[in-house]
Amino acid sequence: MKTVKLLPLVGERAENKEIAKQLREDVLVPAIQGGEELVIDFSGVRTATQSFVHALISDLFRKFGSDVLDDISFKQCTVKVQKVIETVTTYMQAAE
Amino acid sequence: MKIHFPANAWLGTAETFLKRIGTTEPDRLQLESYEGWVNVHPLFLVMTASLASQISASQIDISDFKNKSLDEFHRMGLFRAMGVESPSECEELESAGRFIPITNIKDSDGLSDFLKDMIPLLHLETDQAELIHYLMSELGRNVLEHAYTKYGAFFAAQYYKDSNTIRIGIADNGIGIRASIIRSHAAPDDATAIRLALTPGITGATNREGGTEQNAGAGLFFIKSICLANNNFMVLYSGDTMYKLLKKKGDILQLHADPLEDNHAMTGNLPFWQGTAVGIDITLDSTIEFESVMDSIRDTFADAIRERKRNKQYKKPRFI
Repeated sequence: MKTVKLLPLVGERAENKEIAKQLREDVLVPAIQGGEELVIDFSGVRTATQSFVHALISDLFRKFGSDVLDDISFKQCTVKVQKVIETVTTYMQAAE
Repeated sequence: MKIHFPANAWLGTAETFLKRIGTTEPDRLQLESYEGWVNVHPLFLVMTASLASQISASQIDISDFKNKSLDEFHRMGLFRAMGVESPSECEELESAGRFIPITNIKDSDGLSDFLKDMIPLLHLETDQAELIHYLMSELGRNVLEHAYTKYGAFFAAQYYKDSNTIRIGIADNGIGIRASIIRSHAAPDDATAIRLALTPGITGATNREGGTEQNAGAGLFFIKSICLANNNFMVLYSGDTMYKLLKKKGDILQLHADPLEDNHAMTGNLPFWQGTAVGIDITLDSTIEFESVMDSIRDTFADAIRERKRNKQYKKPRFI
């Protein structure tokens, strides 16, 4: 199982899409490709923009389909962060 | 170019300000004003700064910019941003008076640093700070990713005690919304391009549903939805057209994928703005729960995608 702690990388307000891109390319996609389960740890992150979450996870849907959600857990999300993740995962599945 | 600051210029009267922009002599900028007290929305300050950034300081004329609010413009960083000597004699104050002076952002890390430093300046409660942070981040990243301008984005914000409102402006002189949208969608004019840009799931980066790995075509729809939910004005100006989101009728929040179904005004044939300018008013008294807005955004967004997929025109085989 691979755990990615976001707070040290993005701070309390996750909005930097360049960091999201780097994480996606260097950590998330290789982990799923390698058959690992993924924990994205939002501990301490108060908010996340839709753009950030999209840049972080949308490509996983394109590459692996919506079943990728079976391999990812989102840890310690605030309600605000949960709502943004739910929005992105919903529209990505609608787009499939 | 000529810009005139009247006594008052707010989002509600944006058309009046915009119609007076003079577009002849693009290599020169003449700034004029009403002679008494002048109050203008930060949107118009950043538009002025953005224009000035592309013009040699020797070609900027502020000799007719004489008014009683010069100190205020000085504090907002207008003359510094324009690269001209300030006619005000006041000291540039620390921006602790609940405003963010005109700031030029040119890259992703610069935006992140600006957002971190900016929030304490506005002395907001946590929820309000998060909302402003969210909006400014999404607006700033839109410029950095879609405007294709080396001059970057110009931000400013100001708190108004009487109305308990934060007014935000961001402007660029990049390629503009239409040039961005037509990379992937048909948009014969600026009004169509603005309509598409505000529609969830439409991005200039691709015509594929779900967007690209970096862009969903959601940013402006989210911003418009948050403004609508909070009953705030929003102005989007690009090319010769301005879309103005007006306050919603009644208390019920009804989001629409099509921005023309919202209470709005679309004004065309304005002086051509090369780039994009956005102004927002956030009334702090009525800031509603971010979470409940997100539920509506999620449902509206997904419905819009499903609707487009149902109506998709499939290519037909050619039989010869």
